[in-house]
Amino acid sequence: MSNNIVIAAVVAGAVGLGAGYALFSGQAPKTVEKETVTSAPAGAGTLDEVRARGKLNCIINTGLAGFAAPDDKGNWTGFDVDFCKAVAAAVLGDATKVNYTTATGKTRFTKLAAGEGEVLSRNTTWTFSRDVDLAQTFIGVNYYDGQGFMVPKSLGVKSAKGLDGASVCIQTGTTTELNLAEFFAGNNMKYNPVPIETNAEAQELYKSGRCDVYTTDASGLYATLMSFDNKDDHMVLPEVVSKEPLGPVVRHGDDQWADIVSWVLRAMMAAEEKGITSANVKELAAKDNKDKEINRLLGKDPLQGISKLGLSPDWAVNVISQVGNYAESFERNLYPLTIQRGLNALSKDGGLHYIPPIK
Amino acid sequence: MTFLSNIWRNEKSREIIIQIFVLFCIGWLLSWLVMNVNANFKALGKDISFEFLFIPAGYDINQYLIDYNNRDSHLRAGIVGLLNTGLVAIFGIILATVMGVALGIIRLSKNWLASKLAYWYVEFTRNVPILLHILLWHGIIINTFPQTRQAINFGDLTFLSNRGFYLPKPITESGIEFVYLCFVISLIFSVLFTKYAKKKQDLTGIQYPVFWINTAVIIILPSLAFLLSGLPISFEIPVLKGFNFRGGLHMSPELAALTFALGIYTAAFIAEIVRAGILAIDKGQKEAAESIGLKPSKVMNLVILPQARRVIIPPLTSQYLNLTKNSSLAIAIGYMDLVATLGGISLNQTGREMETMVIVMLIYLSVSLSISAFMNWYNSKVKLVGR
Repeated sequence: MSNNIVIAAVVAGAVGLGAGYALFSGQAPKTVEKETVTSAPAGAGTLDEVRARGKLNCIINTGLAGFAAPDDKGNWTGFDVDFCKAVAAAVLGDATKVNYTTATGKTRFTKLAAGEGEVLSRNTTWTFSRDVDLAQTFIGVNYYDGQGFMVPKSLGVKSAKGLDGASVCIQTGTTTELNLAEFFAGNNMKYNPVPIETNAEAQELYKSGRCDVYTTDASGLYATLMSFDNKDDHMVLPEVVSKEPLGPVVRHGDDQWADIVSWVLRAMMAAEEKGITSANVKELAAKDNKDKEINRLLGKDPLQGISKLGLSPDWAVNVISQVGNYAESFERNLYPLTIQRGLNALSKDGGLHYIPPIK
Repeated sequence: MTFLSNIWRNEKSREIIIQIFVLFCIGWLLSWLVMNVNANFKALGKDISFEFLFIPAGYDINQYLIDYNNRDSHLRAGIVGLLNTGLVAIFGIILATVMGVALGIIRLSKNWLASKLAYWYVEFTRNVPILLHILLWHGIIINTFPQTRQAINFGDLTFLSNRGFYLPKPITESGIEFVYLCFVISLIFSVLFTKYAKKKQDLTGIQYPVFWINTAVIIILPSLAFLLSGLPISFEIPVLKGFNFRGGLHMSPELAALTFALGIYTAAFIAEIVRAGILAIDKGQKEAAESIGLKPSKVMNLVILPQARRVIIPPLTSQYLNLTKNSSLAIAIGYMDLVATLGGISLNQTGREMETMVIVMLIYLSVSLSISAFMNWYNSKVKLVGR
């Protein structure tokens, strides 16, 4: 009898499996959409979703001075945070309407894919496989970076080529591990990797002497150095061993949203190029400027296609008046870390940022 | 209608119907989950593929038990991580068992101070989360041990620093096979001798000091072979070269911290299990054993522990499983176990979170099931045999 029960039960289970399969395979997309309204993984309508919620969900670093770190009042500030604010200003008209979600290097893409945020603004390196294989859209570069090395001066090392046999603390979940492996192998050197999940813990290990070297993007090294009590005892080595174009990321599949986010970035840079700042933007927006590009950017003259983006004509005015142009954001957040414009100057000043015309 | 209601009233058929219904629901739920994942992946433009396992991993791992370099595949990186998980789990289980059994017995001791110390140890240790234990031990090791160049030096052979512990590494030379052979022979001898002694005791009541004789044989025979074949072993001594020691055996601070933390934390639970097991044996058993004149050590070893073992083993299995799974917290201090390699860096480099997580889960599941199977087998060996 008990054998028969087992057989009957197994058959029933199989039937259930089959019935479920038949039912869901027929109408899978419908069921899924119903289940995931609040966290739609992709597809059009991101803009409507953000407007309906009244807030932008933005994914940022768990804490990196200059890029995303809480100030003494507990408000998030930094270069990457400014970009979240700029998108909110363009879309909602109010730069303060942002919910911040923090992510480690490891969780950021999963969080973006799962719909926990509409924008990932977390010093993320643009690479082929991240763009193509992970089905994400890199909307531009807001910071040209490169991987560097920090060592205590007492180590007596002047070049990264002298690091043979060193213990190296790495922040995991980044392109850093690969660059490091390639740099050391390329120079026939050995090393001992110590991979750590967050910047804060990696710093502790470096300070305790567990590692000889700390490696991450050069911007991150300067940010880390600023938080040390004894800044002068450490130095960043001259070598930069990789290209790290960092930029905001959105999900594949919603071109309208990708366009909005990328043109917010370009508007901030164009504003710097045209000399529009948070101080003079209202004044320039009110008058007819000789430079018609300023007029188009600030909504004085019609900008063809702006309605397709679903933005109001004063979108750029909101961004610049509430957040500032690219230079303002850079100076406010990164000058205190002694980071220079360097590659991040506009092309007319010898940097790499070359902005498509606002036409 | 009466037919249907009869089926429902019959207890046996009602049970069947309910079971069929429950299984149907489980099957339904499972297929819904799979379809939902599929549909979501499709909507994201992602596919499920395991090809990434065979492309070069590209990153380095600081502790590998099998050969590994950054040109090896993600699969091999995962295996290296799995072996690292296994290593720390074995170290942890040994430490936890030895400490746990000792503490469990000490807690029952009549010595007030000893029993109270064991009690405080248990209460303090098991009420602090394991992650804090791991961070604490790691912090202690990297902050209290000196830097490499000031390493604590034992006769230029062994060095302790905050980069880890360096010991001379034995390197076998030709002739060592003879020593191994003698070791195997002495093991076979001790098994046979144990059987013989037991038979002899059953027949005549004469007891041999089996343990001491076996120990002596296992130590003396291979040692003699070792001397006769001309000391076929040499040591690779760690030396300070550049930034770090090179050569020798190296135990990283991460491995040490993880072993201590897992061992010490789990020992507290094992101590309670051992205590409970011993207390579960009726005190009449002890009194009866004493009344026939057995020594206290024999009372413990021949009467109490064999019975306590039956109570102890099932919960002990759970603790071994917990320890193995807790080792996945290694990622907090940068020990490169399975979660840090395949479930961490590989996941990140390839973006295959679903695939890597499924693999990591299946591996933990099979490791846990193997430990379970082994402990169940052992349990069935020691359980009460019905006559």
